[in-house]
Amino acid sequence: MSERTENVVCTFCGCLCDDLVVEHEEGRIVKVLKACANGQGHFREYDPSPRLPRLEGRDVSWDEAYSAAGEILRSSRSPLIYGLSSAVTEAQRRAVELADRLGAVVDSTSSVCHGPTGLAMQGVGEPTCTLGEVRNRADLLLFWGCNPLVSHPRHFARYSTAKGRLTPEGRKSRTLIVVDVRPTAATKAADIFVQVEQGRDYEVLTALRALVQGKAMERPSVGGVAREALVDLAERFKNCRYGVAFMGMGLTMTRGRDLNVAELFSLVSDLNDYTRFSVIPMRGHGNVSGADQVTTWQCGFPFAVSFARGYPQYGPGEFTAVDFIARGDADAAVILASDPGAHFPRKAAERLREIPTIVIDPAESLSASQATLWLPTGVAGIDTAGSSYRMDGVALRLRPFLKAQRPSDEEVLVRLIEEVIR
Amino acid sequence: MIRIRGGKVYDPANGVNGEIRDVWIDGGKVVAAPAVAPADVEIIEAEGMIVFPGGVDMHTHVAGSKENVGRKLRPEDHRDHLRSRKGVLRSGSGYTVPSTFLSGYLYAEMGYTTVMEAASAPLLARHAHEELDDLPMVDKGLLVTMGNNQFIMDCIAKGEKERLRHYVSWLLEATRSYAIKIVNPGGVENWKWGRNVAALDDEVIGFEGVTPRKILEGLAEASRDLGLPHGIHVHGLNLGQPRSARTTVETVAGLDGRGSHLCHLQFLSYQGKEEGHAFRSGARSVAEAVKTVRDLTFDVGQVVFGQATTMTSDGPLEFALHQMTGHKWVNDDVEAESGGGVLPVLYDRKSRIGAEQWMTGLELFLLVDDPWRMALTTDHPNGGPFFCYPQVIRLLMDRDYRAEVLASLPPKALEGSLLPDLMREYDLFEIAIITRAAPARILGLTEKGHLGVGADGDVAIYDRVNVDGTACRCSRFQSCRRALSRVRHLVKGGRWVVRDGQIVEEVKGRTFYVAPGFDASLEDHLKDYFERTYTVAFDNYAMVDEELPLGEVIPCRRRNGSF
Ligand SMILES: [Zn+2]
Repeated sequence: MSERTENVVCTFCGCLCDDLVVEHEEGRIVKVLKACANGQGHFREYDPSPRLPRLEGRDVSWDEAYSAAGEILRSSRSPLIYGLSSAVTEAQRRAVELADRLGAVVDSTSSVCHGPTGLAMQGVGEPTCTLGEVRNRADLLLFWGCNPLVSHPRHFARYSTAKGRLTPEGRKSRTLIVVDVRPTAATKAADIFVQVEQGRDYEVLTALRALVQGKAMERPSVGGVAREALVDLAERFKNCRYGVAFMGMGLTMTRGRDLNVAELFSLVSDLNDYTRFSVIPMRGHGNVSGADQVTTWQCGFPFAVSFARGYPQYGPGEFTAVDFIARGDADAAVILASDPGAHFPRKAAERLREIPTIVIDPAESLSASQATLWLPTGVAGIDTAGSSYRMDGVALRLRPFLKAQRPSDEEVLVRLIEEVIR
Repeated sequence: MIRIRGGKVYDPANGVNGEIRDVWIDGGKVVAAPAVAPADVEIIEAEGMIVFPGGVDMHTHVAGSKENVGRKLRPEDHRDHLRSRKGVLRSGSGYTVPSTFLSGYLYAEMGYTTVMEAASAPLLARHAHEELDDLPMVDKGLLVTMGNNQFIMDCIAKGEKERLRHYVSWLLEATRSYAIKIVNPGGVENWKWGRNVAALDDEVIGFEGVTPRKILEGLAEASRDLGLPHGIHVHGLNLGQPRSARTTVETVAGLDGRGSHLCHLQFLSYQGKEEGHAFRSGARSVAEAVKTVRDLTFDVGQVVFGQATTMTSDGPLEFALHQMTGHKWVNDDVEAESGGGVLPVLYDRKSRIGAEQWMTGLELFLLVDDPWRMALTTDHPNGGPFFCYPQVIRLLMDRDYRAEVLASLPPKALEGSLLPDLMREYDLFEIAIITRAAPARILGLTEKGHLGVGADGDVAIYDRVNVDGTACRCSRFQSCRRALSRVRHLVKGGRWVVRDGQIVEEVKGRTFYVAPGFDASLEDHLKDYFERTYTVAFDNYAMVDEELPLGEVIPCRRRNGSF
């Protein structure tokens, strides 16, 4: 007899769609409704059956695993705790605590996606809003360096082009502008596609700021965009009712990085002299936004923090995981809910294989298969509970609908802390 | 059992003014002296020391979305303000916006045991509670903003008082909150159109007939009918503007008491152009207005010279500050409910505006002679960090010190000012009122802020001898700034958590909230409303008990309407 659970939250991406329907039978998921392809995979690929930890290639009991973990952590002089972004807030809180108690470096996947966004915010601020304001108010949408149709497939339907209080006609109530270096599915869906030359976003943003402020532009084009097109954009921005810009890794991970983002944030700030305008970074992982939040509330800084001196030190470029590992500064690592073995640049990934690693992950990722110790945990929102932060900072409760047969990330981290402070 | 022996006790709620007596604590509560003391009683020697109830901060921003934006925004605030982990205690950083564990420690070291986080949008309450859970050493509560809530404004537009009351009740319980916060009613909704409100009868765009006045009245009535322990908590119109004193006087008259609380009133007590000045204190007119009504309280929101981080749900205000200062600015519009902003500021004693703001706060303290109607706050971190309270206390207790600071201000600011002529000095009894007894009473927390039998076992013990063992050098103990700056001992919930100035145990506090009850038929209506308006499903909105293991419901005294 299959059971049905409604309003299930999907934690695959920063959209945290919370309207899914999951049918399950005898402790297994049989059908997922309303989810996008990414979300389908998130639910369907997880096997919730109990699994023993694996230490150096052999299955061991949980007790043995915890004492081995304790051994690794206690004998490390410069440990790294990395990942966090697919774990729930409760686990992230424990991960930062573990780092504090160990004197470790803690960093989240923010540092390889929206780290520059954080730096930009610290430089110039960030006028933002929740996704419901986009739904209810926004009549102009600007997507810059991101492709929601691939990375956040339900963003349009649920948020940015949904029908709302002042947007009764949904998509038709809006002008949709996409800026990218090449045509994508999103640019095809747009009313206006602005193609920028690779690596010239900063110049284009600066030109737009100048035009918005009423300055004349003499050059016929900037960054491959014609003057007329830029003038038209600037006018549209100033004359909309409520504009919202979304930005992604096309700005954060290309030439200019945090400077690109700061220029966009400044443009959005400037526009509030004329109308209302907000910006929302398109955060990727389900709770990467929460990782920033937790690290910030517990120690004051959003990512790239070292506790080696006993107090928190902020060091993007220094304590960001890729740099820290590639330099050979880490002598052990705890990897929570992420797969740096698969995603880090080659040098850092190689270094990672040379040091003892403890991977806490529901799935046997590449990092897990290469780890000294793999601790297989449950998935929040399927068989364990917790909270997650949407890309706009709204926290949702993840309710389990299957009976837990594995420990949660939080439970595992609590045990690691006990091992460390013993 | 704990016996605090031989201290000079200040317990204004029970009329105790500096009497030498013992305080007994058992099972987390203050108890009567036992006929025979048990053999294992712990004795805290308090001879020559001051014994106060644990401090109550009724308006502070220490947890939640805006506070955390402030932390993230300002790495420059944290670099020189660090604390190392020590034993079980966590490390932390931050001056105007300290991290959560550090905030809890700093409150405990100052002798405070209860704090109210003064503003979260309901949609972001879960976040605030998660941070409050990482704020150790204190009991706490959360106020949620309702003054720009579209459901509420719809109810007001349609005259649906009963539905409004049920909704407020539902919302308080769903967000596990303690009271109704109102911030610039209508102004934040208008800000989403790039506008604001300037007067009580301005219209809210898109809500026919709804005005700031009607929002205040509607929510004050709902709060009363539900019998909430703490009345509406109001951040009024025109905050920070030179016309704010006038609006405040009108607001006070309009509310006519009704158990309302006006927060950080200093920031709403300025006068300007119409009165012939660019920017001056309007404390006199505001104090007069407050005195004429009963059943109305306020906290001051004193400014402290130095760095601060402004953070408020008043979105248009933060934007105005951004336009004025050019400082980095964060805004956050929250769907259907609220908004907010964050911006760093500096209160410069060399600037006329800074000096006026500083004087305005002190004038309010000194002009309103009934200390039971007010609470000491800096609206942390808007007026300055909470750990500067001892400095404010010294300013209130010591007019020589006040004169010293006044002498350092721009002479032009002093011309025609009231403050230099105010000779009043607070005594320790009055300080105990505005930092303990009054805020607890205003909040309706009957077991806080006093040391009578049945009160929570929260006791702060201050020593004239500094915690490092050196004797305090000043001759006037009563007005010693340091005397109240750091406890020698602190008992929290019956546990001796600070000994000789050192935190020896980290304790978790409880979270107080209200649950006055509502008509279940409201939920069907809300489901539909959520579908049309929100981006969160109705079923995923409300918090559940397991999210708040140390939650505690404070009872309401319903006056009206069975549901
Ligand atoms: Zn405040």
